Amino acid sequence: MVMLERPDVALADPMTPRPYRVRRVRRETGDVSTLWLEPVEDAAKRFAPGQFNMLYTFGVGEVPISISGEFSPPGGLMHTVRGVGPVSIALCRSKRGDVLGVRGPFGRGWPIDDASGRDVVIVTGGIGLAPLRPAVEQLLAQRERYGRIVLLYGGRTPHDLLYQRELGRWRSRFDLEVEITVDAASVGWRGYVGLVTTLIPRAVFDPSDAIAFVCGPEVMMRFTVAELQDRGVSPESIYISMERNMKCAVGLCGHCQFGPTFICKDGPVFRYDRVAPLLRTREL
Amino acid sequence: MIRGLETLLAEHPFFKGLEPTYLSFIAGCGANVTFQAGEYIFREGDPADHFYIIRHGKVQREIFAPERGPLPIDTLAAGDVLGWSWLFPPYRRFSDARALELTRAIALDGACLRDKCDEDHHLGYELMRRLAPLAMKRLQAMMLQFLDLYGHARTS
Repeated sequence: MVMLERPDVALADPMTPRPYRVRRVRRETGDVSTLWLEPVEDAAKRFAPGQFNMLYTFGVGEVPISISGEFSPPGGLMHTVRGVGPVSIALCRSKRGDVLGVRGPFGRGWPIDDASGRDVVIVTGGIGLAPLRPAVEQLLAQRERYGRIVLLYGGRTPHDLLYQRELGRWRSRFDLEVEITVDAASVGWRGYVGLVTTLIPRAVFDPSDAIAFVCGPEVMMRFTVAELQDRGVSPESIYISMERNMKCAVGLCGHCQFGPTFICKDGPVFRYDRVAPLLRTREL
Repeated sequence: MIRGLETLLAEHPFFKGLEPTYLSFIAGCGANVTFQAGEYIFREGDPADHFYIIRHGKVQREIFAPERGPLPIDTLAAGDVLGWSWLFPPYRRFSDARALELTRAIALDGACLRDKCDEDHHLGYELMRRLAPLAMKRLQAMMLQFLDLYGHARTS
């Protein structure tokens, strides 16, 4: 029998999924789960917060999912997935020991180095917190490098908020302002009720020297950006994470073309002023 | 040091840039008030005789539904203003308002304010210039709130 060797170039091929085993699954909300994935063979290269992987459920299909964290041993990846279609639902139903395919990391992440010495305002809604989770952890890991850090998070209801444990930990810190609001709540809820944009006018930061990271549904991001600009944050200092139908993840197939850019390789994180005209183009 | 109402009003974002004479005018209609956590500031159907300038704390506006209890609509905090039913007939409250935590505010007498606005239309214009954008912002926020944006969105 002839054994076919798999050359290194094949391992580096961005189109070849690497096998990862599900080590743990945590149900975040009714339709959102976080998967802890460990490499079966070689690990993917280190990711930057805001990048995404293509997760492949064998026999079902592949979807782009933001990387929401890492864990030891090195190479462990966290992905938070909302089950909305066949592949993402299959991912959410993964069990410990299952093997998934992982391609990536892809795309451009949050410009965390550019945030050095500045106030950082993070505005997110729904599952948009997932790609920002590693950014928050990275900012906190070198807390002294930044000015004020403000996290404004909006959800549908208190039951739809992700990362309750992390939110509790972040809220207990004195060097991080965390404000949470929900669209609808019952009377026991002690936080805010209202859209996440309503938190921006009362957040404490210096708009003249702040950098903002925004991720959530596109409509939410549009109104968030408007509110940040009303507050005095310049368009050049606002970054948004876009989502479109991504397939190849390397800018070849054209599924995620967004004007002259491809979200998979030029994004998903974009500086707002560079895509503002595209956001107003309904055909895109 | 005890600060006068005029100073407190001048420090509030709602009155930012208002001429000192008007601040003094408005302060004549005001009084400091405090609400304990859980205390109702007003209830639906009450006469809308006050306009609240929130200085500290958190207030929830609610609509009461039989068999469901109070349904929160939105939350206001320091820097916000509460209630505009004092401006227009029939001067009745549309919702309940309840302090979620110890809340300090300046209560401005609605009838007194209306009288002063009738006497001096420029003051009326200044107040409307501040209230109208707030009403617009809250209306826009509520429109988005009811779109259920987070319910039909991204996978990650």
